[in-house]
Amino acid sequence: MAAELDGARIGVITFPGTLDDRDAQRAVRLAGATPVALWHADADLHGVDAVVIPGGFSYGDYLRAGAISSFAAAMTSVADAAQGGMPVLGICNGFQILTEAHLLPGSMMKNDHLHFICREQVLVVENNTTAWTNRYELGQRITVPLKNQDGQYVADERTLDELEGEGRVVFRYDGWNPNGSRRNIAGITNERGNVVGLMPHPEHAVEAGFGPDSSDGTRQGTDGLTFFTSVLSTLLHA
Amino acid sequence: MGRVVVEVMPKPEILDPQGKAVVGALPRLGFTQFTSVRQGKRFELEVEGDVTPEVLAAAQEAAETLLSNPIIEDVVNVFDASQVDA
Repeated sequence: MAAELDGARIGVITFPGTLDDRDAQRAVRLAGATPVALWHADADLHGVDAVVIPGGFSYGDYLRAGAISSFAAAMTSVADAAQGGMPVLGICNGFQILTEAHLLPGSMMKNDHLHFICREQVLVVENNTTAWTNRYELGQRITVPLKNQDGQYVADERTLDELEGEGRVVFRYDGWNPNGSRRNIAGITNERGNVVGLMPHPEHAVEAGFGPDSSDGTRQGTDGLTFFTSVLSTLLHA
Repeated sequence: MGRVVVEVMPKPEILDPQGKAVVGALPRLGFTQFTSVRQGKRFELEVEGDVTPEVLAAAQEAAETLLSNPIIEDVVNVFDASQVDA
């Protein structure tokens, strides 16, 4: 498969205050594709096949987390491309940007306990048919880092019922809800399944030696890599 | 120079974690009479010249599209500051 996928180009957008763009690029490379650095002020997506909106504190979280970034030139192009079916993944601040851009429903607010939180978090895969999760097993438990201050997912009851009814809850927190998110929701998708957003960080769990602890040993966890191999499968079968 | 004030509050049905932290701190300073605090935002938008109905309308639109997120917040007030301060 690797030879066929060498050509896959996955863009990673950098905003002022983005932290995790390099890790996202590295995850793309480890999965076997070519990362392409994109700049928030540039509306040109340079012909990429998919886009990752990485985590961090764009514009210092001023106004609301992700609010100012959602109006960036690159985001207008991402919204158009997403309408056309391009796979888009928003991680942490990227998830916040996707909700502010109305590409995903709901919003994030301050954690119910008010503390910044950083831990290895277990998630349950609830939808393995999206562009970014098709190589996971349904019900699989994965461990990836979680680090946020504004990670509490909220939406009105009607929207939550709709998300559940349509199978658009992609990940739920397992064991403990780290931020007060409604119905333990950690990640969701759009109707088409090409846009996925989540608060935890799969791009920090892609290489043995630098990931969370796993049954293979300290820092051996690579559960996050499957996001990036999943999107390559999506692109291959597109 | 005119000034428009926009006030945004968390929706009533949304628990405001920041307000909750503030109300928890008040009794430590002896303020025991306050049973609830909700924390919102106030924006001051300045324009050249007077605050016309067009300026107010633009401020209202900005309040609903950028200054607030309708999922978690309400725009509770948009007004000409000179009409209040004078």
